[in-house]
Amino acid sequence: MREVAIVAFGQSDHRRDTPEISEVEMLMPVLHQVLDAVGLRAGEIDFTCSGSCDYLAGRAFSFTMALDGVGAWPPISESHVEMDGAWALYEAWTRLLTGEAETALVYSYGKSSPGDLREVLTRQLDPYYVAPLWPDSVSLAALQAQALLDAEDTGDTVADERALAGVAVRCRTAAEDNPHAQLAGSPPPEALLDEPYLVRPLRRHDCPPVGDGAAAVVLAAGDTARRLCRRPAWIRGMDHRMEAHGLGVRDLTRSPSSRLAAERAGAFETPVDLAELHAPFTSQELILRRELRLGEDVRVNPSGGALAANPMMAAGLIRLGEAAAAIHRGAADRALAHATSGPCLQQNLVAVLEGDAS
Amino acid sequence: MTKEPVAVVGIGQTKHTAARRDVSIAGLVREAAVRALEDAQLTWSDIDAVVIGKAPDFFEGVMMPELYLADALGAVGKPMLRVHTAGSVGGSTALVAAGLVAARVHRTVLTLAFEKQSESNAMWGLSLPIPFQQPLLAGAGGFFAPHVRAYMRRTGAPSGIGALVAYKDRRNALRNPYAHLHEHDLTLDQVRSSPMLWDPIRYSETCPSSDGACAMVLTDRAGADRAPYPPAWMHGGAMRSEPTLFAGKDFVSPRAGRDCAADVYRQAGITDPRREIDAVEMYVPFSWYEPMWLENLGFADEGEGWKLTESGVTELDGELPVNPSGGVLSTNPIGASGMLRFAEAALQVRGRAGEHQVDGARKALGHAYGGGSQFFSMWVVADTSPAG
Repeated sequence: MREVAIVAFGQSDHRRDTPEISEVEMLMPVLHQVLDAVGLRAGEIDFTCSGSCDYLAGRAFSFTMALDGVGAWPPISESHVEMDGAWALYEAWTRLLTGEAETALVYSYGKSSPGDLREVLTRQLDPYYVAPLWPDSVSLAALQAQALLDAEDTGDTVADERALAGVAVRCRTAAEDNPHAQLAGSPPPEALLDEPYLVRPLRRHDCPPVGDGAAAVVLAAGDTARRLCRRPAWIRGMDHRMEAHGLGVRDLTRSPSSRLAAERAGAFETPVDLAELHAPFTSQELILRRELRLGEDVRVNPSGGALAANPMMAAGLIRLGEAAAAIHRGAADRALAHATSGPCLQQNLVAVLEGDAS
Repeated sequence: MTKEPVAVVGIGQTKHTAARRDVSIAGLVREAAVRALEDAQLTWSDIDAVVIGKAPDFFEGVMMPELYLADALGAVGKPMLRVHTAGSVGGSTALVAAGLVAARVHRTVLTLAFEKQSESNAMWGLSLPIPFQQPLLAGAGGFFAPHVRAYMRRTGAPSGIGALVAYKDRRNALRNPYAHLHEHDLTLDQVRSSPMLWDPIRYSETCPSSDGACAMVLTDRAGADRAPYPPAWMHGGAMRSEPTLFAGKDFVSPRAGRDCAADVYRQAGITDPRREIDAVEMYVPFSWYEPMWLENLGFADEGEGWKLTESGVTELDGELPVNPSGGVLSTNPIGASGMLRFAEAALQVRGRAGEHQVDGARKALGHAYGGGSQFFSMWVVADTSPAG
């Protein structure tokens, strides 16, 4: 398999509300940041791929405006997924594997602030039987969390409300070192457990912040990667898997698609020292830790993860970017990055990144 | 490094119609997918990954419908990608799927594109006003009509050319059992006298709103060896994008289209497309885009495209048949329309196009474009595997 690496990563500051700027204005500084990092202009990139979602922007073909901002002139080889940018990165990765491109620019963005995100996300559901009931995203996550807590009663797993709070405290404390995070710092677990439920059994600290944000990475192959980056984050494997949409037909306490994607990406062949998990809800981190076999010795979400900033369509790409950046600066040698999409961890992507021995 | 050759071994589409009230969105896509699997004589378990595409989610009102469609498309436990590149999406989706095979990431991939326009109003979906941005307030026709006028003024094309295209494509559609419009009694005079919608585009020169889906099974060399029917081999594929609006943009012949065609011909070793390509499935939602794209795609010199159309070269029995299937003018499930062009090109070189088969077609071009003529995707397929 051809060697491909993430050689640059950039992200915006993630904020609850950005009424003063458009999506394009939010994205542009990030694009310039990653292109400057590798000393390339948009026209010198062989392939460009983006991820975004029309439903957040509230208009059809919203991604065309972002493309205008990229500056696609002369015309560029370009594609778009209506998914998190992690999957745009996957498409770009396969393009580099064919040898058709040496470099790729991947970006994604989402502004959740113009709408009510919990209601908007109900439109992802089966349009005939489920969506008309408007079950919102937090309520669906609460179903999953309750299933996990109930499984604890049978002695099957490790989760209780204190364990959930522990995830929140650790992620939000870690986010104090992340200048881009939307939320940082946390009261101790005891204080969190005194708070009222938002949607039982989830309290506010169990849920991600709603916010606006953008991210971008540059991929490069082989020697080009070595030339553009002092310590490239090599993609050793990447895979993604889908699960059933019907919540009643799957065990919500498990994530077999994450497990399979990790296996296919080679995550279990050698232990990783860092993991960036896209777990918007505390309960989902517990599920993912088990499926991905992450022991206590693995640093999980040193960026703060999606509990510190969860810009829709970018949060998964950010996990790949944060994991790569840790390798770039020598803070990790072998990292796992995970992205999710859909209600209750329906679709999951896992990538394994490695730095050369230093 | 070498890429894996990519073969089309299965093609399926639905009967396209204004409203498929008998099926859900899931039922619609599954119908096309099952037909593609039957054509390839494969089962769901033979499929390694699914790549799906459609035009805006607003058209059906389902956000990221791939999540909901995973079960219907046998994607549970498999990788599933969702592509969205405006009107070119059906072509881009096929190219992303082909890329998975070419990169040897997967061996056999199901790719599918669909639109169920009856569940919404496309005109509305395209016309949501957004502050500080130019909306397509009159739908697609309102956006493209001025560019048709620019073409006529620039080339001196007589005003009746568009009607010839519409008449040809609608007659070709009569030979295609899956086409939406089957206007048996249509005459050229009726096309010419149909109501003017967006001057100079008349009612009969526009595409219909269709429900429909198209699916293909793409596979590697080993998969092609096992295929029950002759495969179509991909000899070139490319995507190009350019900005929507800027002072230097040529809306009559966008550079992204020219560059994309040149790249595909280079990959396929084609130096004289007019002579070397036997059939073209071209994205023509408004009749005048046939002469315009004939020039953009290098089949005619600048200003000469309308002469090819007028002389009958693009008729089903002409030297360069364009849209033997009836094209977008006869069938337009927007998100699937690009993939239909790619699939129909493949049907031609497989010799499996039925009544609208072009005799002896060995090399064909599938073409799609989208947005304000800023996204392009194309492939060239042939009846023999590419060298190497």
